[in-house]
Amino acid sequence: MNETTLNPAAPDVVAAAAAAGAPADPFVVDGVTLGSRLIMGTGGAPSLDGLGAALVASGTELTTVAMRRYSPAETGSLFQLLVDHNIRVLPNTAGCFTARDAVLTAELAREALETDWVKLEVIADEHTLLPDAVELVEATEQLVARGFKVFAYTNDDPVLALRLENLGATAVMPLGAPIGTGLGILNPHNIELIVARASVPVVLDAGIGTASDAALAMELGCDAVLLATAVTRAQDPALMGEAFKHAVLAGRLAKKAGRIPRREHALASSAMEGRAEFL
Amino acid sequence: MGARASHEAEAANGAASRDCGGRRGSCEDSTPEDISAAGDITADVAVIGGGVIGHGIAFEASRAGRSVVLIDDAPGSGASWAAAGMLAPVSELHYQEEQLLELMLESSRLWPGFAAAIDAGAACVKTGPAGTASGAGTGYLTTPTLAVGADAADRRALTDLRQAQQACGLTVEPLTVREARGREPLLSPGISCAFDIPADHQVDPRLLIARLAELLDAEGNSCVRRRAAGLLWEDGRVAGVRLAGGGSVRAAETVVANGLGASALDGLPPELVLPLRPVYGDILRLRVPGHLRPLLTATVRGMVRGVPVYIVPRQDGTVVIGATQREDGPADPNAVSAGGIYQLLRDAQQLVPAVAELELLEATARARPGTPDNAPLLGRVAAADGGDVPGLIIATGFFRHGVQLTPAAAAVSRQLMDGTADPRWDGFRPDRFSRVPGTSGDSHNKEAA
Repeated sequence: MNETTLNPAAPDVVAAAAAAGAPADPFVVDGVTLGSRLIMGTGGAPSLDGLGAALVASGTELTTVAMRRYSPAETGSLFQLLVDHNIRVLPNTAGCFTARDAVLTAELAREALETDWVKLEVIADEHTLLPDAVELVEATEQLVARGFKVFAYTNDDPVLALRLENLGATAVMPLGAPIGTGLGILNPHNIELIVARASVPVVLDAGIGTASDAALAMELGCDAVLLATAVTRAQDPALMGEAFKHAVLAGRLAKKAGRIPRREHALASSAMEGRAEFL
Repeated sequence: MGARASHEAEAANGAASRDCGGRRGSCEDSTPEDISAAGDITADVAVIGGGVIGHGIAFEASRAGRSVVLIDDAPGSGASWAAAGMLAPVSELHYQEEQLLELMLESSRLWPGFAAAIDAGAACVKTGPAGTASGAGTGYLTTPTLAVGADAADRRALTDLRQAQQACGLTVEPLTVREARGREPLLSPGISCAFDIPADHQVDPRLLIARLAELLDAEGNSCVRRRAAGLLWEDGRVAGVRLAGGGSVRAAETVVANGLGASALDGLPPELVLPLRPVYGDILRLRVPGHLRPLLTATVRGMVRGVPVYIVPRQDGTVVIGATQREDGPADPNAVSAGGIYQLLRDAQQLVPAVAELELLEATARARPGTPDNAPLLGRVAAADGGDVPGLIIATGFFRHGVQLTPAAAAVSRQLMDGTADPRWDGFRPDRFSRVPGTSGDSHNKEAA
């Protein structure tokens, strides 16, 4: 998917879809159509009001929540905020270190939130917060067998990503860099490889520091970007949320528009008189 | 638990020495039997909730010459029992919370006078027959706070925050690590930065409540050890408090200061939404062995790999290490999180390695009353006719800042009772989440009901 083909018709299709009231460039996952390709996390927000403003500014329609950190039972909680803003919840298993932990947490989420979607996080250690590949594979198998739609948070490893897809993952979510580091996309080539081989949606998840990182993820062919810290811990979270809205859109359009090849030598933008045009 | 036992002991001692400055005759803690025998109690002011805020408001009202009844079945046992008591408008500043900062700074200006008034009253109580009752003070200290970072990213984060603090006119001065360790030799040599914050101080909330309870008692006010069931209404005004199990307290002004319990009271104005949510916190109290004293002279607030932790040294040779923020909804709201305690000790040790040598006295968890904008719900409530509901003041939702904001809450409540409200604090009105129909507050309130 997402081959670099020039498609002159694309802008017209986009315009027509927008005129008809449908999302211009929908992100479809598990049969659900989302109007935004930005998925937001909620951790680290200074206040509920601040988080709400950032989510609205980002235009997100899907937001992930750590089931280990937030209780759906409390009134006036984060979950109510998401309901109020009509944002779909993607529960996640942050804080789980074993497949067993993750499966139990996913079951808790399914019961409490009545969704079989789960963002699967199985973390190896507190210092890196990197996924534990072995437990991740194990948990994916178990959760798929239990009927979950697994959004697998994974290392930027093309072999592992494909393995997770083969085991039934609904989406694969490779990291750009370790959680919370804001280091951007450390191995763009691997992300491109994952995208090139995947037939399920690829969501760049973790490591995003600022808007240009998200634009790059989309230019590399990812279907969506998931981030939390870059917005929730920004000095002005709402403004940063809006920045990411534009960045994801810009990266997506750039990918579809088809970038020029990289050249060693300069090429004047206007061709010299009297020469044939080859482009 | 402990809060209640110690509070009763203090109150009993205070009652034995009530002659100094007492205006009215006797004051005894009312038991359910007293109330059913005597019928209703009448006072100028009824305060629901015996945490720092309720005690502070009751004390201020009493100082202004009003008779007060404080209603709580377990005074001082809620969030106040856990609180570290940092008075920290500067290091508590968060981006985009400038309006809250104004109230925090106002409270800091009030703190010296508030503490002095308590000390003066306590000295007076102490001269009574039970001379040993008081004298421990409130633990109010104007020692500074040091903000320190653990790694390079923490240094950058604290440096960025300092710019915001300075833009608000606050004083935060960078120290070299050597300078910081000259002042606090047990700080780890490995810290990445240090800042001196002279305006952030501390008080001991447990001592504070004990002193305020003694003073209220000595002034002839009463503490009703019962749960408030709801508000009493009469002719369109709030006329007091209905007690659980029967009986009532009738008062010209009723103050709702019972933290998270506020939204569960019967008889709140029907359109009023109090969007309170529990934000749990774990906190530790430890004793410093003699050979390590003083562990610290200043309060140390650290950022360790992006996560905040603080160490507050008390005069009695103990330290307080806190605090987590959890919204995980444990079955027992006072249950302590093992993971939370682990993280606190791990991060505190990174800043002050000798923390590993301390004796662990207590691990406590309580729920703070959080609001959507982290600011309190403080003031009067709009009535359907356009004015304010007479006789009702709300003072809850103080979240992490209850101790710091106690003098401000007390002063604002007193101004409301005197009819001299300061428009600067209108932004904290408790009905600010209730005004737009069909908003989030409305819907979740219905679900909760």
